[in-house]
Amino acid sequence: MIDYGTVLSDSVKALEPSAIRKFFDILEDMEDAISLGIGEPDFVTPWHIRDAGIHSLEKGFTRYTGNAGLSRLRVEISKYLNRKFGIEYKYSDQIIVTVGGSEGIDLAIRALVNHGDEVIIPVPSFVCYGPITRLAGGVPVFVETKVENEFRLTAQELRDAITPKTKALVLPFPSNPTGAIMERADLEAIAEVLRDTNIMIISDEIYAELTYGDRHVSIANIPDMYARTVYIGGFSKSYAMTGWRMGYACGPADVIREMLKIHQYAVMSAPTTSQYSAIEAMSNGDADIENMRLEYDQRRRLLLSGLREIGLECFEPRGAFYVFPSIKSTGLSSVEFCEKFLLQEKIAVIPGSAFGEGGEGFVRICYASSLENIKIALERMQRFVDSL
Amino acid sequence: MDEILKLLEKDGRMTPTQIAQATGQDETEVQETIRKYEADGTILKYTALINEDQVPAQHVTAMIELKISPQQGQGYDRIAQRIYQYNEVESLYLMTGSYDLLVTMTAKTMKDAAQFVYEHLAAIDGVTATATHFVMKKYKEKNCVLAKAPEQEERLYFV
Repeated sequence: MIDYGTVLSDSVKALEPSAIRKFFDILEDMEDAISLGIGEPDFVTPWHIRDAGIHSLEKGFTRYTGNAGLSRLRVEISKYLNRKFGIEYKYSDQIIVTVGGSEGIDLAIRALVNHGDEVIIPVPSFVCYGPITRLAGGVPVFVETKVENEFRLTAQELRDAITPKTKALVLPFPSNPTGAIMERADLEAIAEVLRDTNIMIISDEIYAELTYGDRHVSIANIPDMYARTVYIGGFSKSYAMTGWRMGYACGPADVIREMLKIHQYAVMSAPTTSQYSAIEAMSNGDADIENMRLEYDQRRRLLLSGLREIGLECFEPRGAFYVFPSIKSTGLSSVEFCEKFLLQEKIAVIPGSAFGEGGEGFVRICYASSLENIKIALERMQRFVDSL
Repeated sequence: MDEILKLLEKDGRMTPTQIAQATGQDETEVQETIRKYEADGTILKYTALINEDQVPAQHVTAMIELKISPQQGQGYDRIAQRIYQYNEVESLYLMTGSYDLLVTMTAKTMKDAAQFVYEHLAAIDGVTATATHFVMKKYKEKNCVLAKAPEQEERLYFV
């Protein structure tokens, strides 16, 4: 009889499954709930992109691609990053096509972190950075961003977190779950702190296309930051391609080369069909992005003013597709609020506490859902808050 | 097209308040703009898009191509006017290509539709030929796919 308690890796056993497991159990069992919980576009991938994948299958393109991904796709990624954000990456040795943005994050952390190295992670944020850092033997150092700063990372917060062991900073903006963005001036302040250090930046810019107002600025574009930045991007959020698992990691050739080794041994190459669709997305999909962005923006405004009318305090999120209102005025914890709201009104929103410290007292509402659903959710939220 | 019109075209039930919130405009301004659109005929009416397959009383939709010899000094307009006055006629377009006018109509039965064509449309002075096409199945109308889209079976419920 094998004792699995002793055969399993200690670092894996130490990982928390999820802080809000019980809430998810309720959610899973409730079939007719309207979910504003899932952080994925409600749009189906535009047809011309799907069609390109189908066409590649018809032609019989079903084999592995090169490890780094199809060169035509890497050329398109390079052109796209230049066209949209003014960043230059050579397709030949600075870009890897990955299995979603998630794999890029994993590769970057594993390629950089030695045992005991610290990785600074602003929270509340997407849940993967801490566990991946731990699996790599590193130590996550969580920095709580504040609602009074609209959940931006400030230079002072960063400075306070840096120690001689700091290896990297994860910069996840526009932010899931807060919708916060970092503007050029914010990034310049961060750059000022990092300029004379050896600290690397893992910039998770998966939501770069979804900003409302000024265009997104990448930290790679701030003077002296390019050489220390690993840029993570992907197709999931911008082109509504979550299930295709298509992302990319870009950076200095010396770093990308090492990341490619891990990628090569762990997954060989990203899915071939998805890569062909991704070529179509990047060459002919700019209009799709813009149409979806405009729709998200309408939903964002409607949801934000609706929440404020209900009396929930909420800063204006200017990126991604989340609104992150404070529910402190209700006197409930964020898990209590979400469980009750789900049971009473059958609307799913996510407790802020799922996203780390600083998330308690907030809930994440995803507006990648129809205007109709958002209208219903607001009516029921009003009724729910009134009932408390 | 104006953002207000786009929103209303998609969902005619959106209130001025909701439209103001979604577009970031002032509510009274939105109200005023809608009133102006209604008055000047930009917004013709508010309707529901009905999936006829779900309605018990079935009927047929026909598209009828008409060839016309235009009348001196009147062009197509006079004949068009004589056609669109019929309640049976749902829409009427002047077309480029191998025929001139396209009529769409609904009728209780194919026989009723055919009767309308030969008794009324074909009988109009200047109509030189007709070709009637019956709709067998509607897949998409006004940007709305009529068949219920299948839901992906297993999905992640939290990202």
